Amino acid sequence: MSRLDSPRYTFIFATVMCVVCAALVSVAAVSLAPRQKANARLYMEKNVLVAAGLVAPGQNVGLGDVERVFQSDIKVRLVDFATGKLVPEGERNARDYDQRAARSDPAASREAPANDAGIKRVANRGVVYFVMKDGKVDQMVISVEGLGMWGTIYGFLALDKDAVTVRGITYYDHRETPGLGGEIGNPAWQAMWKGRRGYDDRGNARITVIKGQAGPPETDPLSVDGLSGATITSNAVTRLMRFWLSEDGYGRFLNRFRERKEVL
Amino acid sequence: MSAISPATGAFGKRERAALLDPILTNNPIGVQVLGICSALAVTTRIDKALVMGAGVILVTMLANLAVSLVRNHTPGSIRIIVQLAIIASLVIVFDQVLKATLYELSLELSVFVGLIITNCIVMGRAEGYAMSNPPGLSLLDGLGNGLGYALVLFLVAFFRELFGAGKVLGFVVLPLAKDGGWYVPNGLMLLAPSGLLLIAGLIWLLRTLKPELQEKD
Amino acid sequence: MEHYLNIAIRAVFLENMALAFFLGMCSFLACSKKVETAFGLGIAVVFVQVLTVPLNNLILTHLLKEGALGWASPALAKADLTFLSFILFIGTIAAAVQVVEMTVEKFAPALYTTLGVFLPLIAVNCVILGGSLFMQERDYTFAESAVFGVGSGVGFLVAIVAMAAVREKLAYSNPPAGLRGLGLTFVTAGLISIAFMMFSGIQL
Repeated sequence: MSRLDSPRYTFIFATVMCVVCAALVSVAAVSLAPRQKANARLYMEKNVLVAAGLVAPGQNVGLGDVERVFQSDIKVRLVDFATGKLVPEGERNARDYDQRAARSDPAASREAPANDAGIKRVANRGVVYFVMKDGKVDQMVISVEGLGMWGTIYGFLALDKDAVTVRGITYYDHRETPGLGGEIGNPAWQAMWKGRRGYDDRGNARITVIKGQAGPPETDPLSVDGLSGATITSNAVTRLMRFWLSEDGYGRFLNRFRERKEVL
Repeated sequence: MSAISPATGAFGKRERAALLDPILTNNPIGVQVLGICSALAVTTRIDKALVMGAGVILVTMLANLAVSLVRNHTPGSIRIIVQLAIIASLVIVFDQVLKATLYELSLELSVFVGLIITNCIVMGRAEGYAMSNPPGLSLLDGLGNGLGYALVLFLVAFFRELFGAGKVLGFVVLPLAKDGGWYVPNGLMLLAPSGLLLIAGLIWLLRTLKPELQEKD
Repeated sequence: MEHYLNIAIRAVFLENMALAFFLGMCSFLACSKKVETAFGLGIAVVFVQVLTVPLNNLILTHLLKEGALGWASPALAKADLTFLSFILFIGTIAAAVQVVEMTVEKFAPALYTTLGVFLPLIAVNCVILGGSLFMQERDYTFAESAVFGVGSGVGFLVAIVAMAAVREKLAYSNPPAGLRGLGLTFVTAGLISIAFMMFSGIQL
């Protein structure tokens, strides 16, 4: 066994092993990278469509389906949170914009103003997905996030063209307790948001996840059924929704849109 | 069955033992107490458990094969790190493939795919079996141990999903009370401790059926 | 400050590595027969965790992340090497364990005799790799990862010592034959895990 124990052989063996392993890993990583990127984007965009009600939750859709809907019915634009203005088209492809990545990039984000939604940094720009119908804006889907009980909750909120009425909602990434707070991922609960109003008549973001059951949207538009046994998650959802609808989030833009100062 | 191990020719007794023993009589989780870490965290749903099981089967099999192939050329002083490098590379490849194909599941499995690297089963079989056995046998041993692991994972996940969410593989079996059915789900099943208690139950069952496995104080 | 305290409290109690994520179960079950050994292993885990999580954080931010190699050469600024994180993390851990082992042996022989047997085990302890992977997934900064390293290590220490204390008492019990030993240990771990759930919902 002396051959195996000489330092020279050990060194050569280690080098060869490293090269073989490195080659294997690199080939896999590099060759699969495009598909992974496409998957990550597909996952986000599919959830946009779920929030807008164009895809049923859990429905199996492929890259091609999402791509087709995005080509024909969806316009993606960026909003400058500070001014509430739409960023001119063509400056960069809004579909490639990664709001999560921008948030941790010092050049593209800022410290969040004081808030109770547990948000520390906000990207300077937010993405808005306009769902078009017969050439006109039908809904707008905005991206929301905030601190839940165990970690950050990420979701999309679809608003009607009046920029007040909720058309749909989805929370696609969260770490809430399964069976309790985790029910925010339940399509049945998410469906209860439909028809509620994000703002009261004075334009304040007042939508609340209450304790217990809320009335039908017509009579009780500012409340949503609470999740039993999950007060912290319910409150977290209230706070993060209010934050993103407020002036610190998409509020300025939605205001301008309502006043027809921002048109596509 | 000889097609499975062309290298060793006929599928003899040793091959069968290498493949079948670890599935029941020498189950890595139930008997050898290896690889429990990840067994518990990914078992809230069956599909998660199955993907995790598949990952461990593949990694154990291929790691065993690779370690066994180079076993006569590996210097003793660096053998552990060589095994670790082989295992880590395989896990990375599996993780990359998962992200490229089953993206949503890969998000839910999060760090637990990476933790296959430190799964004691993989390391234990590489060091304990593949270092001293030929490639064909090692491959079967890896397959057997992976299957044994996946079986326990599946059983635990089956009970957790059935009683915790009233579903099996996502299909509603026990209609939930809040959706108009009759079943009120047992929330504990979806929480961490139930995994431990279920494995305790499985071990109890296994050891009652096979008294020779019982521990004597 | 509050933010860091929050991370530490979460890591110790809410997201306890052993009881909430089941990491390090193999050694958690195997080394919890006596409080003394459990404490030894726990301390060793804290030790290595404090060292490796921040170290891996540095590796991640300065070598692997997209654009992290920009300092070396502009040509590398686009490279995204995060797929190598598993292998580099485990390498760092193995190396760190080795260094710790040698240092402790040289400068604190008494500590070495208590920790010695556990140190090699730790290289393949899921708690350690898990700590680094959680650090990556949650995007901790360097300071946060240092706090998380301490917290997750201490969490494991608390859990395994509690477990060992219960098991020492259980030696006098008389469970059904099939449950004796391993089975009962699992039940105990489950119950301790339920007890730890009472911390859930604590927010600073």
